[in-house]
Amino acid sequence: MATATATLPTATRRKRTSLAAANPITYVIAFLFVGLCIGPVIYIILGGFRTNAQITADPSGFPSPFRLGNYSEVLSSSIFWRQVSNSLICGVFTTLGVVVLGVAASYVLARYKFSARGALYSLFAAGLMFPMTVAITPLYIMIKNLGLMNSLGGIILPQIAFALPTTIIILVPFLRAIPKELEEAASIDGASRLGFFFRMVIPLAVPGVVTVGILAFVASWNSYLLPLFILNNETSYTLPLGVQSYASQWSVDTARVLAFTSLSMIPALVFFSLFERRIVGGLTGAVKG
Amino acid sequence: MSDSQRESSLTSQMSPEGRTAAGVGASTAPSPARRAGRRGGEWRKRLEIALLTGPAIIVFLTFVIFPVIMAAYYGFYRWKGFGPPTDFVGLGNYLIIFKDSSFHEALMHNGFIVVLSLVIQGPAAVALALLLNQKMRGRSLIRVLIFVPYVISEVIVGTGWSLMLQTTGAVNDLLTKMGLAKNAVDWLSDPKIAIWSLMIIISWKYIGFAVILFLAGLQSIPEELFEAAAIDGASYWQMQRRITLPLLGPTIRIWAFLSIIGSLQLFDLVYIVWGQYVASTAGTSTMATYMVQNGRNAGNYGYGNAVAVVLFLISLAIALVYQRFVLRRDTEGALTEGKK
Repeated sequence: MATATATLPTATRRKRTSLAAANPITYVIAFLFVGLCIGPVIYIILGGFRTNAQITADPSGFPSPFRLGNYSEVLSSSIFWRQVSNSLICGVFTTLGVVVLGVAASYVLARYKFSARGALYSLFAAGLMFPMTVAITPLYIMIKNLGLMNSLGGIILPQIAFALPTTIIILVPFLRAIPKELEEAASIDGASRLGFFFRMVIPLAVPGVVTVGILAFVASWNSYLLPLFILNNETSYTLPLGVQSYASQWSVDTARVLAFTSLSMIPALVFFSLFERRIVGGLTGAVKG
Repeated sequence: MSDSQRESSLTSQMSPEGRTAAGVGASTAPSPARRAGRRGGEWRKRLEIALLTGPAIIVFLTFVIFPVIMAAYYGFYRWKGFGPPTDFVGLGNYLIIFKDSSFHEALMHNGFIVVLSLVIQGPAAVALALLLNQKMRGRSLIRVLIFVPYVISEVIVGTGWSLMLQTTGAVNDLLTKMGLAKNAVDWLSDPKIAIWSLMIIISWKYIGFAVILFLAGLQSIPEELFEAAAIDGASYWQMQRRITLPLLGPTIRIWAFLSIIGSLQLFDLVYIVWGQYVASTAGTSTMATYMVQNGRNAGNYGYGNAVAVVLFLISLAIALVYQRFVLRRDTEGALTEGKK
């Protein structure tokens, strides 16, 4: 007994210290792994600062001297900004649509009791099994018949629809967790269910909404398949299509392609580093939930 | 009946004090005020439900469910995409798919990618997550950096890697400088190598996601378990084998599920790096690139839809089998938890 109590603190401490002092090998491996992860990204960014002659002479070298020419050329081209604004419009409206429709539907699924509730939830959850790849051809025909070809609306509407399942699956448990007592207190104070929704649920749901909003925005910013089918002329391209067409158009001008590519990933990177915790939390939460 | 009607008319005229009284009652019995106003309330509730869920249901049915159903319908026709389909061929499109050797190749590539993604990324990501799950300097920065490849778009990844993997590109140059390769490797067009290049790109893009997921899973394992094991004299490796891996199991199984489905539907990276024509000769075509190439690009919309249906059924079958045999334990746990 005495020995057991004596060994207990040392054992715990030994374990704690082994956690605390990650040994040098750990740092080396972690450093290598991080290097592998961001190496190609750094290559793209640095490559934009080089000239084609530099890249041909020494493909994996550093820029010497640094040239800003590629970046300033891309930044002064109207087509780049046109595509940035197209991507922004798609991202913002997709996010807005997903948030508005998703919160409203999730609220009902989380807090109303009605007979079709289970079926409705299953319907949206089943949406996870229908990736856009399967639906893309009929979707393309439908968008064409609706006269939405080459318009951003033809991108935004399907993107909202395909983002709804994830949104609802993340938001329903979140909204269900709002205590029943709050709703009762609100109804005592004379709020209707809708009043409760607008005055209490929406402010309380902000963290969950931010998560699903960011997921929707990043997905829209990066989406490729749908714009590839729907957008056929360069002025309506979003950035991913723009990068691809730029890369084939200027295939001999590698440095300029690299500059264009790295500029087009800046918004996603900035957005991500600002909201890293929420994105990671949302993704892991969605997967676990 | 008449009683409840009277009550309902009462509640509608109630003063704030009256509401308070009803509310106090609500905390003991399931809200009599609402039950009292059932008739008007029921309609109001239905209206609210319709109003709040209506737009989402309409958008979802129109742009997700309807196209999927139409894919199944168009798949039975030979159809160029103009006007309504009239040339009904029954299962003709499907017969062509099952006889087409380039579809077989695409299917095999998909299978290869599914297996190798699991085999390469799984163990590596578990090891890295264990390694990074220590109190070390710059931990949060490391987490951000390893997640970067997952966040940037497939197009950027594809464009960047295809430039780096050119025969005169940065990767070959680096290997030569380090003395690891004598001759330039033909990463992208040699059919023996191209699919491995694809695996490098896929692993690079998606391993950060697996690591982050496993790190989240590791953090939900209670510290006390390791303390108890340490008291019992368990070594580090015994603890990882007996505690960490089993408790990380659900996370690993979910990750594997996502990885399998993602590998089956792989499109963007292949299409961007290898373009629409080279993918099949380089041996990297997938079912999805086959679908786009033989469907939309060739103008055979009926056929493209039939490929989509096959792709969907294969994914669905694998998903169902996986859920039935692998995820069952986990979902059972989740269900009982939910009922409680």
